[in-house]
Amino acid sequence: MNRWRQLLASSAVTSFISSLMAIVVGLAAGFIVMLISNSSQAVRAFWVILSSGVADMRNIGQVLYFATPIIMTGLAVGFASRTGLFNIGASGQFTVGAFLAILVSIRSLALPGPLPWILGLSAATLGGALWGLIPGVLKAWRNVNEVIAGIMTNYIGMYLVNFLITRTVYDRLRNQTLRVPPRGTIPKMGFEHIFRVGNSVSSVNGGIVIAAVTAILLYILLEKTTFGYELKACGLNRDAARYAGINENRSIILSMMISGALAGLGGGLLYLAGAGKSLDVVDVLAPEGFNGIPVALLGMNSPLGIVLAGLFIAYLTVGGFNMQLFRFAPQVIEIITAVIIYFSAFALLFKNFLEGRLVPGRLLEREEEGEPTAERGGGS
Amino acid sequence: MFFSIPLLIVALGGMFAERSGILNIALEGIMIIGAFCGILFIHTYQAALPGQPALLLAILVAAASGVLAALPHAYASVHLKANQIISGTALNMFAPAFAIYTARMLRTVQQIPFINQFRIDTVPFLGDLPVIGPLFFQRSYITTYMGFILLVISWVVLYKTSFGLRLRACGEHPQAADSVGVNVYALRYAGVAISGALAGMGGLVFIIPTSTNFNATVSGYGFLALAVLIFGQWRPWRILGAAFFFGLMKTVASSYSGISFLSSLPINSTVYKMIPYLATLVALAYSSQSSMAPRAGGVPYDKGNR
Repeated sequence: MNRWRQLLASSAVTSFISSLMAIVVGLAAGFIVMLISNSSQAVRAFWVILSSGVADMRNIGQVLYFATPIIMTGLAVGFASRTGLFNIGASGQFTVGAFLAILVSIRSLALPGPLPWILGLSAATLGGALWGLIPGVLKAWRNVNEVIAGIMTNYIGMYLVNFLITRTVYDRLRNQTLRVPPRGTIPKMGFEHIFRVGNSVSSVNGGIVIAAVTAILLYILLEKTTFGYELKACGLNRDAARYAGINENRSIILSMMISGALAGLGGGLLYLAGAGKSLDVVDVLAPEGFNGIPVALLGMNSPLGIVLAGLFIAYLTVGGFNMQLFRFAPQVIEIITAVIIYFSAFALLFKNFLEGRLVPGRLLEREEEGEPTAERGGGS
Repeated sequence: MFFSIPLLIVALGGMFAERSGILNIALEGIMIIGAFCGILFIHTYQAALPGQPALLLAILVAAASGVLAALPHAYASVHLKANQIISGTALNMFAPAFAIYTARMLRTVQQIPFINQFRIDTVPFLGDLPVIGPLFFQRSYITTYMGFILLVISWVVLYKTSFGLRLRACGEHPQAADSVGVNVYALRYAGVAISGALAGMGGLVFIIPTSTNFNATVSGYGFLALAVLIFGQWRPWRILGAAFFFGLMKTVASSYSGISFLSSLPINSTVYKMIPYLATLVALAYSSQSSMAPRAGGVPYDKGNR
């Protein structure tokens, strides 16, 4: 019994339980919204949201496909947060990466073997890093707030890419980039034989593998290397890090570059996926970049958590797509996600409640240390 | 003008939240909620009400809905001491989804049309003045004047009243404020509520002159207002300057073809669209050395800390 209590009170378990509670509350809120708008169909439609992500092999493949870009932008935002920076510029970095991937891949089709897509993805990574470098340098050298620089580079990147598309790989009829032919796209790695129903093949491809490997590399970088430790130290306390001899300007610039590279690679992975998607010439910021923020928050900024969060949101997205059969607007999914994120802000409350219940002594200790506890939060 | 005024109003809103110590990244979402409720009000009652009263009522509706939308953010960041980015992001995500979902459930399409009958052709007397007349008092909207009035009110409230002094104290050093009997929680709630009201209004003010239907978006103006707020160094008059600087650049970018000198240059139109953002970035690089951000911004207030 005592061992159970200890297990339940360990911080990993309590965070897991509080995340789970946030998810349950979010789903319940979505269900209530659906009940209000159309009570006769709500139950069946809600069941589709919950189940269709694993209903057949094709849908499972679609979940992996939708998860790929948001895992990458989630990693970008989450990595920057770990180093104390808020990278709201992931959208611009994503767009620059997507454009360079398409451009380089199409221009290098003459090269043998897998070179076109490898070069395309490398260009996307470099382009994203370059676009992340701008707010990084401005922050480090000119003390420009990275949030505002990120917002500005989002727009500059979007307009610049629109301009460059019309000068290079432009499809005038559709007002978008040219299609990338199959030779220039990321290989399917045999997924097309697994994730399909009859003739309907899902769009999943090697991109999800690249995203997963990136997450693992990022985990190693953050948790197992001196460099990662330095970056995190800067995020936790800049002054202390400087006192310890860490070059904080170098850390800021490098972590924005890495974050940008991740977002840029995400753009490359989406547009070289071979799913027939082209980059449109429209004056709208890429939503994938902003979707990285909730993914990172839900994954608590840890690389592995972000992979799970990306898969979870993609799962709901596929469910919402299939739910349209019942004449519900798919925006229910975003409402659910928003509520989940909002209630993940309650995590501290749940956590303290659990810890307070299970280990009464611990709460006392915390109060003595002067750490925040939610019980004391009641009005003043 | 049409670009600057909503930026001004929303950035002033952000200022009230941030000077009280709460980051409000949800300005974009609150703008959408405000615009949605305001436009829905106009759409529903347009036939029954004459132009200007309908607009004024709609602005009140937008402000009230903005306050409602901002309250969950205030609760999470004040009482729950949560990370203020989290609830802001949640609100930004919720707002467009809510607007589209409700619109589609009510009218099956997501756009809400309205008839623009709010333009004032010329203000009596003032419109006849030379130079300023055509510039400020002809073909204008009541919302433009409202923007300036709000600016003056904000400045007075923030710097000339005890409420403003206490609010600023909560943003700089809440422990010190508390020690002299200021209710930090209440003031932070007030700060966020005011920011919700202004951002909600700003959303409607942005939509009215530039469009005839509302499509669940304010084109990233909430984030731009955040940029204007930082560029304006959290000070009302500087925010006005920043909003006008940005609005001027934006006007040049959208009307360059009318200026013969600019349109004769061999430059693509998309390059002009980049100018406002590039100019802001350059201006920031030369003006950001001394940041005057509220010191306790983004830090939850905990009485136990010193």
